[in-house]
Amino acid sequence: MYAFEFERPTTVEDAVKALASEDAQALGGGQTLIPTLKQRLAAPETLVSLGGIAEMKGVCIGDSGEVCIGGATTHATVSGEAGDYPALAELASHIGDPAVRNRGTIGGSLANNDPSACYPAAALGSNATIITNKRDIAADEYFQGMFTTALEEGEIITEVRFPVPEKANYQKFVQPASRFALVGVFVAKYSDGVRVAVTGASEEGVHRWSEAEEALSADFSADAISGLSVPADGLIGDLHGTPEYRAHLVKVLTGRAVTAAA
Amino acid sequence: MPKDGGIGASSKRREDVRFLTGRGRYTDDININNQTYVHFLRSDVAHATIKGIDTAAASEMPGVVRIFTGADFEGIGSIPCGWQVTDRHGEPMQEPAHPVLAQGKVRHVGDPICAVVADTLEQARDAAEAIELDLEELPAVVDMKAAVQDGATKVHDDLTSNLCYDWGFVEENREAVDEAIKSAAHVTTLELVNNRLVANPMEPRVAVGDWNAGTDDYTLYTTSQNPHVIRLLMGAFVLGIPEHKLRVVAPDVGGGFGTKIFHYAEEAFCTFAAKQVGRPVKWTSSRSEAFMSDAHGRDHVTKIELAMDADNNFTALRTETYANMGAYLSTFAPSIPTWLHGTLMAGNYKTPLIYVNVKAVFTNTVPVDAYRGAGRPEATFQLERVVDKAARELGVDPIELRRQNFITEFPYATPVAVEYDTGDYNATMDKLAEIGDLSGFEARLAESKKRGKLRGLGVNCYIEACGIAPSNLVGQLGARAGLYESATVRVNATGSISVMTGSHSHGQGHETAFPQVIAEMIGIDESQVEIVHGDTATSPMGMGTYGSRSLAVGGSAMVRAAEKVINKAKKIASHLLEASEADIELKDGQFTVAGTDKSVAWGDVTLAAYVPHNYPLEEIEPGLEETAFYDPNNFTYPSGAYCCEVEVDPETGKVTIESFAAADDFGNIVNPMIVSGQVHGGIAQGVGQALLENCSYDENGQILSASYMDYAMPRADDVPFYSVDHSCQTPCTHNPLGVKGCGEAGAIGSPPSVVNAVVDALQRAGHDVTHIDMPLTPGKVWAAMNG
Repeated sequence: MYAFEFERPTTVEDAVKALASEDAQALGGGQTLIPTLKQRLAAPETLVSLGGIAEMKGVCIGDSGEVCIGGATTHATVSGEAGDYPALAELASHIGDPAVRNRGTIGGSLANNDPSACYPAAALGSNATIITNKRDIAADEYFQGMFTTALEEGEIITEVRFPVPEKANYQKFVQPASRFALVGVFVAKYSDGVRVAVTGASEEGVHRWSEAEEALSADFSADAISGLSVPADGLIGDLHGTPEYRAHLVKVLTGRAVTAAA
Repeated sequence: MPKDGGIGASSKRREDVRFLTGRGRYTDDININNQTYVHFLRSDVAHATIKGIDTAAASEMPGVVRIFTGADFEGIGSIPCGWQVTDRHGEPMQEPAHPVLAQGKVRHVGDPICAVVADTLEQARDAAEAIELDLEELPAVVDMKAAVQDGATKVHDDLTSNLCYDWGFVEENREAVDEAIKSAAHVTTLELVNNRLVANPMEPRVAVGDWNAGTDDYTLYTTSQNPHVIRLLMGAFVLGIPEHKLRVVAPDVGGGFGTKIFHYAEEAFCTFAAKQVGRPVKWTSSRSEAFMSDAHGRDHVTKIELAMDADNNFTALRTETYANMGAYLSTFAPSIPTWLHGTLMAGNYKTPLIYVNVKAVFTNTVPVDAYRGAGRPEATFQLERVVDKAARELGVDPIELRRQNFITEFPYATPVAVEYDTGDYNATMDKLAEIGDLSGFEARLAESKKRGKLRGLGVNCYIEACGIAPSNLVGQLGARAGLYESATVRVNATGSISVMTGSHSHGQGHETAFPQVIAEMIGIDESQVEIVHGDTATSPMGMGTYGSRSLAVGGSAMVRAAEKVINKAKKIASHLLEASEADIELKDGQFTVAGTDKSVAWGDVTLAAYVPHNYPLEEIEPGLEETAFYDPNNFTYPSGAYCCEVEVDPETGKVTIESFAAADDFGNIVNPMIVSGQVHGGIAQGVGQALLENCSYDENGQILSASYMDYAMPRADDVPFYSVDHSCQTPCTHNPLGVKGCGEAGAIGSPPSVVNAVVDALQRAGHDVTHIDMPLTPGKVWAAMNG
C-alpha cells in the first residue's frame, strides 16, 4: 500500500474535523478498504479510523422500541447483542467469517454499499434510519445504486435505527468463492405492510421488490408470490450466475424467507 | 492390534509439531543480510508487442538498485522444457523460446516484462509504477479450437502454428479402432471439458538468490518439490552455472500439488540478479501473482467414444483431446496430456483397442502443467463418465457394467503400452459396497425425497500409474531426465541415523513415514531416525516428489541403502562376535549368532564402525554410510472404487455432498493414518474441481477468476466426512516395499463420482440430463434442469 497518515479520533466531532482535510478517508473495520489499499487501488492522504469513538459503538433500544446500532459496531457485536431484532442478529452472524465479523462494522458496510453485501438488505428491508453527523436519512433515500449512497463527502454514519418488525427473515444464497450474497432477500412484516429488499442481484445494487411486497402485505405466505416473476433485465450476470438464475433465486429466496418468518 | 511403531503403524506426524506451532522454516522466513527485493512488472494484457520500455524515471526513484528488462537476458538461456513429445507423423513438437523476462512480445496476463530490484519491496513497487511501457495490443488467442484454425493469430511468430503437437497413441491402432467403432453394436459418445484449475498451495512461491563474491558460488532458496531438478535445469540450461557452484535449497514447503515441480523464471532471475547487483535478491509471490504466474492444471476439451458389442463388452475406445499448453511450455507440460494421460485410457477395463489423439495448443494464457494427478484425472474422468453414460443408455447397472469389463488377470498388458503388475478391482468394488453402504441407498433416497431433495449415487473406478518412472522407458518417450531416486543412509556413531533423500516432503509426511521403514528394518525406535531433504548440498542427486513416487521410488532407494548398511554392519558384528558372517541375524536392534545367545547391540556395532579399535580394518573401511540410487522397472498401479451421494436442491440447483466413500488398493501401507489423510486431501481437491474451482478467461485473455473473490476453493463445509478404506492390498511386485503410492488417488478418483451422482440425481427426477461440465455450480445445475 502507499504511505498515508493515520488518525484515530475519539469523538465524532474530531473525526469530522479530521475528515475535512484533503484526501482523507474514513476507515471502519477495513474489511473492504484495507484489501483495496494493499492492492494499491486507493491512495488516501490520511486514514481516519472510526474505531476509537466510543459513542459510535454498541447496541441499544430506542424510545419507540427500535434497535439502535452505533455506526462503528462490529458484526459480531450485532450478532450477540441485537437479540431484540432476531432476523438482524442472525444476518450479522453470517456475514463473512469470524475474522470479518470481529472487524467489520455496520457503518462501514452501509457506507460502502457493496451490491452483494448483507446489511443493505436489512436496512432497506426494515426502512432503517441512517443517522449521520449531519442528518437522519431514511433507507429508501439512502441507497442510490451500486457503491453509491446519499452520504456526502466527509459524512459519517454514527448510528443506524431499525424499527423492529412483527416478523422478519433473511435468506442468503452465497456466491461460492467470496461467500457474499449471490442473491440475498430480506423480508420484514410490519403492521402497516411488508417490505422485501434484495441484495446481490441487481446492477443497481440493493432494491425493493414492490410486487412481492404488495402481494405479501395482502397475504403473508409463500403462496402469495407464486404467480409473480422477476424480470432478468438489469440483473447481474457473471461467472457465478446468469441474470435469469439470479431472477429465479430472488423469488425462491423470498418464498423461503416468508416461510421461515411466518 | 495396531502397531506402535515401524511399518503399518499410524505414527503421528512428527513434522506437524513445528508446522502447527508456527515453527516451520519456509523460504520466506529466510532473510539474508543486505538483501534486496524484486518486484516483477507483469503484463496486464494477454498479447502485445513491446514497442518501448522507459525505465529512466523509475531508475531514479528512492531505493532502486537496478531495473532489468528482457534485454538484460539476451544470451541467457531459455526456460527449458523437460520433455519432448513426438507427434503422429514422427516430428518433434514445436518448442518456443521462453525468456526469463519478455523479449519483444508479451504472451499472457502475468508475463513478466521488467524486474525492479530495490532496497525494500514497497520501493520496488513504487518504481515499477513509474516505468513507462508502450504495449501494442494484439488479438488474444484463448479458445483452443479457434487457435488451431488456419489464419489464427499466432502466439509465437516463429512457430508454424499454435499446434504444439498432434499426438496419436497407439498410432498403429488408429484404423482398427475406427473399424471397431463403425461395426459396434452400441457406441456411447461424450463431449466434455476438464476445467482449468489453479493449484493454490497455502504457501505462495518464493525465491531468494544469493551469490558469494569470494567463491563465485550461488545459492537459490526456493519453494520447490525437487531442488536437484531446479539446479540442473537452471544451472545447465538457463544460467550456465555448473552444479558444484550452485546450491539449491527447498526448506519447508507449504504444499506443492505439482505447481512447485517446475523451474520458473523468477528462480532464474533471483539467482542471476544476485550476482549482477552484488546483493541477495528476494521475491515473494503475492496471491494475485500466483494466479497469473503459477502453472495451471488440467484444461482439456475432449470427445470420447466407447464401443460395445451386443453383450455390453467394451470393444474399442477412441478419444480426441485438445490440451491447453498456455503461452509457453512449462517444464513437464508436454508429457501430461500424452504419457500421463494416454497410457491410462484402458482404466480398469479390458478394452482391446484404444486410440488416443491429443492436440496440444498454445494460447495466450498462463502455462499449464501437472496438477495433483496430472493427466490421470483427465483420463479417469472421461473414461468413467463415458462408462456411466453407456450404462444409462443401455439401461444396465453402472457397477455391473464395470464389473463385466474389469481386468481380472494380472499381469495385464494394456493396448496403451503399460503393464499392470497387480490389482483386484472386484475386491475394491466389494469393499466400496460395504463401506459406502450401497444397499442402503434406496432408503436414503426415499428420505431425501421426503425433504424435497433429489438424491443421486455416483460410482466409479480409477487406475493410476505412479512410482514414476523407469528411466530407460521415459527416455524413449521423450523425457530429458532420469526418474530414479536416491538416498544416503548415514549411521551415526551412537546408532542414530540420518537419511539424506532426494525425495522432498511438502505435506506428505516423509519425516514420519520414512523412519518407520528404517526402524522396521533394523529394529530400533523410529525416533532414532531423521530424514534430511530439500538441499542439494546434503542429499545425493534426486528427482524429487511428484506423481505419488516418493515411497515407491525414494523409499526403495532408502531400503537399498539401508540393506547395504545392514550388510556392512553384519560384517562388523561377525568380527565382534567372532562368528561367521553368514550366521549373523539382525532383529530388534540386536545382532545375534544364529542358534546361540551371543549378541551385540546395534549401537555397539555402529560405535565400532567409528571407533575402530577392535575392527577388521584389513577387510572393510571404518564408518557406516551407504548411498543407493533406485530406478524402478515399471510404474506402480494403485486402483480403487469410489462412490459419492449427493443431494440436489431442485429449486436452486445447489449440490451438497452427503457422503463419500473410497476403497483404495495402494499395495502395502507404511502409515495408515497418513494414507487416509492423503486420500482425504485428494478427495477435497477432487470435490473442489467437480463443484467449485474454475480458472476462467474471457475472450481477451483476461483471467476472470484471479482472486479468492471469484476462484472458489473447497472449504470444510463443502466436503463431508469421508469413509476411506485401504485394506484391499495387492502389493506392488517390483519394488522392495510392495508399495504403490497414494498421494494423487483422491484427486483422480473423486471428480467422476461427483458428476455421476449429480447426473443420477437429475435423471431419477426425470430430467433429461446426460452431462454437465465441471464445476457443477448451482447456476449450471439449475440451467440443466430447466432446459
